[in-house]
Amino acid sequence: MPSRITPEDVKHVARLARLRLGPEEVQTFTAQLAAVLDHARDVEALDTAGVEPTAHPLPLVNVLRDDVPRRGSDRDEVLAEAPEVEDHRFRVPRILGEAP
Amino acid sequence: MSAREIAAAVRAGATSAAAVVEEHLERAEGGDGEVHAFNSLLADHARRAAVAVDRAVAEGRDPGPLAGVPVALKDNICTRGIPTTCSSRILDGWRPPYDATVVRRLADSGAVVIGKTNMDEFAMGSSTENSAFGPTRNPRDKTRVPGGSSGGSAAAVAAGFAPLALGSDTGGSIRQPAALCGVVGAKPTYGLVSRYGLVAFASSLDQIGPLAADVADAAVLLDAISGPDPADSTCLAGEAPRAAERLDAGVDGIRVGVVRELAEAEGMSADVVSRLRQAAEALAGAGAKVDEVSVPAAVYGLSAYYLIAPAEASSNLARYDGVRYGLRVEEPGGDVTEMYEATRTAGFGDEVKRRVMLGTYALSAGYYDAYYGKAQKVRTLIIRDFDAAYESFDVLLSPTAPGTAFPLGSKTADPLTMYLNDVCTIPSNLAGHPAISVPFGWGDDGLPVGVQVLAPALGETVMFQVAAHIERLAP
Amino acid sequence: MTEVRTGWETVVGLEVHAELSTATKLFCGCRNVFGEEPNTNVCPVCLGLPGSLPVLNRMAVELAMRIGTALHCRVQPSQFHRKNYFYPDMPKDYQISQYDVPINADGWLELPGGRRVGIVRAHLEEDTGKTTHVGGGGRIHEASHSLVDYNRAGVPLVEIVSAPDMRSAEEAKAYVDELRAILVATGVSDGKMEEGSLRVDANVSVRPAGSDQLGTRCEIKNMNSLRSLGRAVEYEASRQIRLIGEGRTVIQETRHWDEGAGKTGSMRSKEEAYDYRYFPEPDLVPLAPPAEWLGRVAASLPRLPAERRAALAALSGSSPDSDAVVTVVRLGLDRLVEAAPPEHAALALRRTANEVASDTEAAARLDARAFARLVALEAGGKLTVAQARTVLKELMRRGGDPEEIAAELGFEALDAGSLEKVVDEVVAAHPVEWERFAAGEDKLAGFFVGLVKKATGGSADLGEASALLRSRRGG
Ligand SMILES: [Mg+2]
Ligand SMILES: [Zn+2]
Repeated sequence: MPSRITPEDVKHVARLARLRLGPEEVQTFTAQLAAVLDHARDVEALDTAGVEPTAHPLPLVNVLRDDVPRRGSDRDEVLAEAPEVEDHRFRVPRILGEAP
Repeated sequence: MSAREIAAAVRAGATSAAAVVEEHLERAEGGDGEVHAFNSLLADHARRAAVAVDRAVAEGRDPGPLAGVPVALKDNICTRGIPTTCSSRILDGWRPPYDATVVRRLADSGAVVIGKTNMDEFAMGSSTENSAFGPTRNPRDKTRVPGGSSGGSAAAVAAGFAPLALGSDTGGSIRQPAALCGVVGAKPTYGLVSRYGLVAFASSLDQIGPLAADVADAAVLLDAISGPDPADSTCLAGEAPRAAERLDAGVDGIRVGVVRELAEAEGMSADVVSRLRQAAEALAGAGAKVDEVSVPAAVYGLSAYYLIAPAEASSNLARYDGVRYGLRVEEPGGDVTEMYEATRTAGFGDEVKRRVMLGTYALSAGYYDAYYGKAQKVRTLIIRDFDAAYESFDVLLSPTAPGTAFPLGSKTADPLTMYLNDVCTIPSNLAGHPAISVPFGWGDDGLPVGVQVLAPALGETVMFQVAAHIERLAP
Repeated sequence: MTEVRTGWETVVGLEVHAELSTATKLFCGCRNVFGEEPNTNVCPVCLGLPGSLPVLNRMAVELAMRIGTALHCRVQPSQFHRKNYFYPDMPKDYQISQYDVPINADGWLELPGGRRVGIVRAHLEEDTGKTTHVGGGGRIHEASHSLVDYNRAGVPLVEIVSAPDMRSAEEAKAYVDELRAILVATGVSDGKMEEGSLRVDANVSVRPAGSDQLGTRCEIKNMNSLRSLGRAVEYEASRQIRLIGEGRTVIQETRHWDEGAGKTGSMRSKEEAYDYRYFPEPDLVPLAPPAEWLGRVAASLPRLPAERRAALAALSGSSPDSDAVVTVVRLGLDRLVEAAPPEHAALALRRTANEVASDTEAAARLDARAFARLVALEAGGKLTVAQARTVLKELMRRGGDPEEIAAELGFEALDAGSLEKVVDEVVAAHPVEWERFAAGEDKLAGFFVGLVKKATGGSADLGEASALLRSRRGG
C-alpha cells in the first residue's frame, strides 16, 4: 500500500477533478480521505496473487449494434439547455491550451 | 390499497385512474411538507397520464398490468421535459430531452409517474441528507433519516404518497432506506433492468429497482421494468426471470444460508441481529433448511466498494462542467478551466467532492494497482465466495442495515461511520447479484428492521419467493 | 541544412487517426457525415447527456478488423477504457478509447521501397467535437471565446501507432501515403487529410548516426498535408540537432506545427501534466470477435497496394518502387496494365503512368479492353508513338474503339518500304547536310528526322527513321 494521503495529494486530485478547495477544506478532506483509505487497508491481508480483476459483474461479450442511422435530438431542444449559445454552437470562455 | 388491488380495480372499471391519482396527489400535497419525499410533484403530468389510462379502459384496450398505479421516481431517472436534478445544484433545472427506458416501460404498463423523489446528491449517501434541496424525513419518526440514497422513494411509499417507487441501488441505496422506512426494496441482478436514462453514479454497480409496501407489489413492479434493452450494452439479453412467479410457493425444502460474516460485521446492533436470527428460525419452522454459511470475502466488500464506486463516479461526474447543460458559474475574464472549477465547486456538495477526489486519487498514476486494481481483484474473490456458498444454498440471509433509522445529523460529521451502513448491502452490488430487503419486526427503539435475502445472478424468482414468505412470518 | 545534419540520424514514429467510413457514429445512431450544420447530428449519447449509454457499432469494429488485418496485426480480444481529461470538445470529459488491450497489435506496413515499418497498435476510439475560436484571428491563444459543435463527437476513429522505424521526412511521407492507400483500398476510410478524416501526429527524435539508442522525442501536431508533414519533420530534426549542437537538451513535449511560419512551437500551457486515469469502460462489455468473423473479414480484403505493386512489377519487368508502378497503383489503374497483352505490359504501364494518370477522372472511365487494343496497335507498329498518344487522348475523352478513332483521324502507320522512300527523298534534297552527317556530325540526325516527320505528317515511326538514316550512313 502506498503511503498516507497528504494535503499535497488532495490539492493535486482537486486540480485534476477541477475542484477548488480552501485551506481548511484541504485539511478536512485530507483527514476524511485518509480515514477511508486506512479502512481500505484491510484488503492488504488478502492474497490476490493470480486473481483476475473483475470490471464487469457479468461475463457478457460482443454487444453490438447495426450501423443504421437513427434520428438524433432536436437542435433547439438541446441548445435550450445550454448555459450559453452563439451561432448554434455551445459558447465557452477562452481556452488556454490545445487538447492533449 | 396495494398496487395490485389498484390495478385490478382500474382494469375492471371499478375505479378510475384519475380518482386514484387525485387521491395520492392530495395525500402527497398534504403530507410532504413535513417529509420532503419529493423534489417535484408532477400533478399535471400525472393527471394527463391517468386520463390516457382511463380512456384505454373505456375503449376496451389493455391498459397494462399497472393500470393507474401512481409511481414515485427517484430524481436520477431521466424524464423528458421534466426536471431531473439528482438533488444537485449542478443539474438544477435541467430538462432531459429523453425518457429513461424504465420510464417508457412504466408508461407501457399503465403506471402513472406522480413525482420525482429526493435523494442523496448523485446517489452518494445513506441518509438522504446530502441533498442540495434539504433532507427527507423518515415518515415513521420525523426526527430520523429515511436512509439513502433513495430515501425520498422509500419515504414516499412509507407515507402512502405512492404505492410504488423506483430507486437506484449502487451499494444498498434501495435496500437500506427500505429497511429504515419499513418497506420492501429490491436490487435486481446487474443487467436485469436497463440503466439507459439512469444518471450514472458507479456504472458497474448501479441498478434500478422497486420499492413497495409489500413483496408482491415490488415483484409486479420489477417484472414491468425488467428485460433486454438495446440502448444499454450491459443489459442482459434473453427472457428475464419473473419475480412474481412463485410468491405463494412457500419455503419448504429451500436451502437458506445465514451469512456469518455479515451477521457479525463491525457495528451490527444486537436488536438487528436478533431479528435476523428470529427470521431464520421462522423460515426453518416453515420447512426451509437453514444453516450458517461463510462468505469470507464479503467483509472486504466495503473497502473495495469505496474505491471502485468513487473511481467510476469521478469519471461519470466529469461531464458536469457548465458547457452543455445545467449550472455554469463564471467569473469575469476567466478562462474555460476557471469556469469548470467555479461551476463544479459551487455545484457539487461536500460528499460528491469527497468521492470524486477519492476516486480520482484511486485511479491516478502510481496508485491504480494498489487501489482500483486491488479492489477489482477483491471483487473477483467476493464472486468466488458467493459462488461457493450457492453450491449449498438457494438463497442467503443477512441483516440489511446495521441498525434502525438514526437521528438526522448524527452521522454527517464522519463519512466513514456513514459508509459502514452499507456493509451488508455492498457485496451484492460488487457481485452483480440480486438482493431484497423485507421488513421483519422492530428494533429496541420501535423502528422497523429489515432482513436481506440474497440470491445468485438471475435468482429473482426464488429470492422473491423466500421474501414473500418472510413477510408472512414477520411479527 | 544538410551540412548540419551530417553525422545525425532522424527517427520518426507516426500516430495516424483515421475516421472510419461508417454510416453512423461509434456509439450512437447519429450519422457520420462531414460538413453539416452545427449540432444537427447529435443525440443524448454523443452529447454525453446524463444517463445516456454507448452501444458499439458493429461496422466500426469490422472496419477496425479490416485495417488490422491489412496491416498484418494480431486481431485480438479487446476492451474499451476511459481516458479522462477535461476539454470542451469532449462531451463526457473522457474519451472512450482502447488502452492496454487494443483490437489490433503488432503488425507492419511495407513501404514501396521494400522497407517494413512496424505497427505497434491500431485501436478504436471516438472523435471529439470541433472547436472554433472567436476573435484573435481564430488562434486559440488570442481568442476571446470559443464555440463548440458536437457533430463530429463520437465519430469512429482508428488510431494507428507506428514503431519509430522511419529515418527521414521522405520515409514519413511515404508511410502516410502508403497507409492512406491501404485505408482507401480496404474501404476503411476515405483518407482525406484536407477534411481531417486523416490526421497525423509525428514523434521526432534525433541521434548520432550509428547509435541504437533513441533520443528524446517531441510530438508534433497540426500538420494538414503530406507536404507539411515533411516540412515539420525536417524542421524539427534540424531544431533538435541545433539544440544538441549548442550543448542544450531536447525537452520531451508536444509541439505545434505553424504552417505559415514553417516552425514548430511549444504547446505547453499553464496546465499541469495530464494524468489520464485510464480504467475499463464499465458501460461497454469486452470485444472478442469470433474466428469466423475474422475469417470473413480477411477473405473479403482486396489486394493491397504492396501486393499489387509486386504484381505489376513482375508483369512489366520494372521495379516495384519505380515511379510508374507506384503511380499506377496509387491511382488504382492496375486493371489497365493487367488488361493489355502480357508481352506489351511494359508499354501499357508507361502509357498508363504517363498519359492516362494525368487525368484521373477520365482514367476512371477508360475501358480497359479498348486501352488494351490501343496498346497492341502501338506495339505492333500500326500506330506511331505520336499517333497512339493522340488516339489515347480521344479514347479518354469520348470512349469508343481505338481502330475506328485512328481511321477517323486518318492515321495509318507507314510501312517500312514507304518510310525508306521518304528518307531517300529527304537525303536527296539536302546533300550538303547529308555529307556533314555522314562525316560524323551527329546532331544533324535530328534535322533529318524532323524533315521525315514533316514529310509524313507525323505518321512515321521516328525511331525507325533515325535507324534508317544511320544504317544508310553505315552506322
Ligand atoms: Mg487517440
Ligand atoms: Zn449521437
